[in-house]
Amino acid sequence: MTWEEMLPLLWPATVETAQMVGWATLFTAVLGLPLGVALVVFDRDGLRPLPALKSALGFVVNIGRSLPFIVLMIAIIPFTRLVVGTTIGTAAFVVPLTVGAVPFFARLVETALREVGRDVVQAAQAMGASRTAIVRKVLLPEALPGLVAGLTVTVVALVGYSAMAGTLGGGGLGDLAVRYGYQRFETLLMIVTVVLLLVIVQLLQSLGDWVARRLSHK
Amino acid sequence: MIQASGLRKQYGTTVALDGVDLHVREGEIYGVLGQSGAGKSTLLRCVNLLERPTAGTVTVAGQDLTALGDRELNRARQRIGMIHQHFALLSSRTVAGNVAFPLEVMGVPKRERERRVGELLELVGLQGRGKDRPHQLSGGQKQRVGIARALAGNPAVLLSDEATSALDPATTQSILALLKRLNAELGLTILLITHEMNVVKSVCDSVAIMSAGRVEESGAIADLIKTPGSRLTREIFPLPEPAPAGSVTLTFTGDPRQPVVSEVVRKFDVDLSILGGSIEDLAGGSVGRLRVALDGAEAGAALAYLRGTGLIVEVAGETREGRAA
Ligand SMILES: Nc1ncnc2c1ncn2[C@@H]1O[C@H](COP(=O)(O)OP(=O)(O)OP(=O)(O)O)[C@@H](O)[C@H]1O
Ligand SMILES: [Mg+2]
Repeated sequence: MTWEEMLPLLWPATVETAQMVGWATLFTAVLGLPLGVALVVFDRDGLRPLPALKSALGFVVNIGRSLPFIVLMIAIIPFTRLVVGTTIGTAAFVVPLTVGAVPFFARLVETALREVGRDVVQAAQAMGASRTAIVRKVLLPEALPGLVAGLTVTVVALVGYSAMAGTLGGGGLGDLAVRYGYQRFETLLMIVTVVLLLVIVQLLQSLGDWVARRLSHK
Repeated sequence: MIQASGLRKQYGTTVALDGVDLHVREGEIYGVLGQSGAGKSTLLRCVNLLERPTAGTVTVAGQDLTALGDRELNRARQRIGMIHQHFALLSSRTVAGNVAFPLEVMGVPKRERERRVGELLELVGLQGRGKDRPHQLSGGQKQRVGIARALAGNPAVLLSDEATSALDPATTQSILALLKRLNAELGLTILLITHEMNVVKSVCDSVAIMSAGRVEESGAIADLIKTPGSRLTREIFPLPEPAPAGSVTLTFTGDPRQPVVSEVVRKFDVDLSILGGSIEDLAGGSVGRLRVALDGAEAGAALAYLRGTGLIVEVAGETREGRAA
């Protein structure tokens, strides 16, 4: 295969991967952040201790995290069909990607929020700040560098998941590598795809590290 | 201004506070002393209900905090400032942002907030540092930010948990001087916890000495000093304890130039040896404490004379004695 033949394959695949990862990241952030906050706030020594609720949430998160992604993807097919109406194509795979990444990100959010010193939270309580104000003005801003780092790890994991999703009909770089590299023995294309994935991951990681560093004032 | 009665706090089987009564008068600086684990922090945190007491009530500025719901409690807390040993500043905000935090919580509009932040920074001597980040400041400067933040809501009361323990002696003195100034200028009532006798000596009007969850001794320093056998007096003065049997310890307040020793030696047939002594400058004036041994034919008469001078005379080995009866 020549470069002229490869480019028309590589470009759309890259766009599909970017779309899958992009949307999944967005939904993961929107759903995982509140879940992570809930895990901290409802904890026994949290702002609003509700240990039973916290255990229930923790249990759900653990289920999500213990299933291998490939199993999860297949297991939630009925749910995917319910949400997007189909189970193939890029859009359909945003659902399992999100479902897989939300518990992962929520745990990272939980860890980042726990890093915020008890003393600053108590100082805010002593100033008469409400629980909502403490979450919005203390916990989240103080944990921001950690949250960005957590999101970066999640995005990188999503790139990996999306490659897997590709093989089941989601399209993208993973699909390309399997169809051409594995099934048609196009070794060069395989290598190029692998390098491309590596470069994407590297760029995302560096970007995340840079942003986290910029936000940190320690 | 602060009135706590019958405070008890239990953590499981640990009794952190075991029936504590505390009365802090308006405009005074009140120190709480005690060893590690005595319950000082717990007591302070019960005053603004960061810790809810197992039993007992806390009244601040006439308001019974233990009776308030969440919302009213938060409003009451806005009028109680607090400063912390490790400053507890938000690293995500600038110095000005930190001072603005309580104002935001109170719902003060932006323009008014900015004006007030400028005022507060000037009050604590940090004008022009508003745009800095906390990590760019020294410990003393960080604590000044903490103080500015604590004063944002015009509190009547300031609570301080070991606010100078992380600072070097010179910085400690400058922070104490600032607290003293705020106390004098704003009439701010200050309840401070410390394990440094030095802090008590230089700023406090009253103290409570805690041990194992109880207040062992409390009151105005001037009164405690005059109370024979008081623990405060023993802690302030570097005399060896217990005193050797038969030795006489004299405590005198007011003008330290009182020639009682030379008078005694002149008037009576006694030998007087000085075993130790010092003069300490307290917030309320200087106090001296001298330990001597009296020997000779007229030792008894000399002792009686000393008691008549109005000094506080304690004779080791005797039961506790007050001023000359
Ligand atoms: N949150 C808590 N959970 C369990 N026990 C606690 C808690 N807070 C304090 N205690 C216990 O209560 C007792 C008093 O603690 P406190 O922190 O009030 O002491 P302190 O006088 O401030 O000591 P230090 O000088 O070391 O700060 C200690 O025995 C401590 O272990
Ligand atoms: Mg303490």
